[in-house]
Amino acid sequence: MSLVADNISLHLAGFDLLRNISLEVETGKVTAIVGPNGAGKSSLLKVLTGEMAATKGQVYLNNRLLQHWPLLDKAQLLAVLPQHTMLNFPFTADEVVGLGRIPHNTGLSKDREIITEALDLVDASYLQKRLYTQMSGGERQRVQLARVLAQIWQASHLGDQFLVLDEPTSAFDLSHQKLTLDIVRQLADKSVGVVMVVHDLNLAARCADNLVVIDAGVIAAQGCPEAVLTEALIDKVFGVKSIIAQHPETKRPLVIT
Amino acid sequence: MRHFSAPSLIWALAILLPVAALVSITVGTVDISLLDGLAELTGGSINSQTHTILIDIRLPRILLAIAVGAVLASTGAVMQGLFRNPLADPSLIGVSSGASVGASLMIVTAGGFIKSGALLGLSLVAVGAFVGGFAATLLVYRLATSGIGTSVTTMLLAGIAIGALAGALNSLLSYFSDNDMLRQISLWQMGNLSGASWTKVIVMGAVALLLMGLFPRESKALNALLLGESEARHLGIDVQRVKRRLIVLTALGVGVSVALAGLVGFVGLIMPHIVRLAIGPDHRWLVPASALAGATLLLIADSLARIVVIPAELPTGILTALLGAPFFVALLLQQRRDV
Repeated sequence: MSLVADNISLHLAGFDLLRNISLEVETGKVTAIVGPNGAGKSSLLKVLTGEMAATKGQVYLNNRLLQHWPLLDKAQLLAVLPQHTMLNFPFTADEVVGLGRIPHNTGLSKDREIITEALDLVDASYLQKRLYTQMSGGERQRVQLARVLAQIWQASHLGDQFLVLDEPTSAFDLSHQKLTLDIVRQLADKSVGVVMVVHDLNLAARCADNLVVIDAGVIAAQGCPEAVLTEALIDKVFGVKSIIAQHPETKRPLVIT
Repeated sequence: MRHFSAPSLIWALAILLPVAALVSITVGTVDISLLDGLAELTGGSINSQTHTILIDIRLPRILLAIAVGAVLASTGAVMQGLFRNPLADPSLIGVSSGASVGASLMIVTAGGFIKSGALLGLSLVAVGAFVGGFAATLLVYRLATSGIGTSVTTMLLAGIAIGALAGALNSLLSYFSDNDMLRQISLWQMGNLSGASWTKVIVMGAVALLLMGLFPRESKALNALLLGESEARHLGIDVQRVKRRLIVLTALGVGVSVALAGLVGFVGLIMPHIVRLAIGPDHRWLVPASALAGATLLLIADSLARIVVIPAELPTGILTALLGAPFFVALLLQQRRDV
């Protein structure tokens, strides 16, 4: 099963934000989306998650049209971490992560257990009783990550699960960037389909099974990072001269600019 | 860190409210001892004068204060959640300003009938206020609703615009009214519970019970909405339906309470805010705790309104602000020390 965008286009206020994009987010794999600012990465995520309806084309979640899924069922399969969250009410970290359990009826004690484990996983146990409004940017982002993890913590009988992340590492230091990539990999190993927008090409190259490059609303290239990341493509899409090397340990491509 | 756990605050308020109600029975222009009052309430009649004061005047007034306070504070908590703004209050959706115009219009145009005429036992002013409040809310809601749903920001702006318009209409009506009408209008706008009757208690009580029964079903949705509307949708919440329900319930609750008790300010804005500072923004606790706190505040304020200038009475709205504002300032100072 998968999350599939089938030839979608998005026109908004006279602009072509996305044109004829076909993309399959497979379970058990990490799909990374990269591209210059304004290329349409976030718009693509919005269409993929049903937040915006495509002008043309369809999105399928586990072979069923996305808009045909009942909201609550969809929420058990698809968790979305936005780039920014507007929350400015003094919830504790515990309570924020608990919001991720809203679609489920697993009971208070099970939910508590999941909340504790999710916070522990993102290295935020010490924040448990702290107020969200008094946390740093990186701490907030980690708590929000724990929230979406809690949302798809257990496998669902409704089908395969997907996690959508919009620049999850933007507020993180090196160790938490690495932690996020490890978590994403663990999820993929538990056959969750992960799709994330990433800015750092090297970060994307390190974690992606499928790397999608978007430029001006169309897919410029997609495939395994080794095949996609070429000096010509980076010059064409980002307008930057670069050298592609190989990481001495992971053997993944390394973009040096 | 928080100062209270939610259950302990709710327990404390649930004990304080009946105690305040019992004390309130004994105070007023005529002193009635607590024992006499209790005897009267449990059936052992003392004398007919005490009976009249207790059953026909004080008891309905106390119950009305409780119901109005609970409705104003709980709708305030709900609106602050829906607008994701801790400074929102029920009047933001236009209901108070619309009600105020409706009431003034009735006072000015039907001034002669008001003393004699009664519709379903409620005064014309109340009906005018209710219709005005509902019409204004409907207008604000329509202005903010487009094909893609209701925009909370547009609603806020539309509420301000309608509020300004209502203010102008109110001034216009005041300008054309005589001294007696002017006094009635301004008294009504201060908020007053002195006209309490059993009919009003039954109407207000029914509305309060309806709200208390329906709000808990939306508390999880409200919690999710604090994250943002699309985040709430991703958590499986039908955002548009929740918004519509909460706005209708709020317009109903505030519309009826403004119609029956005038513009009692402060309770809807500040009580949820104070309660949130104490126990946090989880609506499963915040809404019921705000209701209890609002009921207690309005009851205490109204009891004081009855006794501070004996034998006369002050409008209740003055007392709610006088009592609540210093308490709120103290809380803010306390918060500042904590941070």
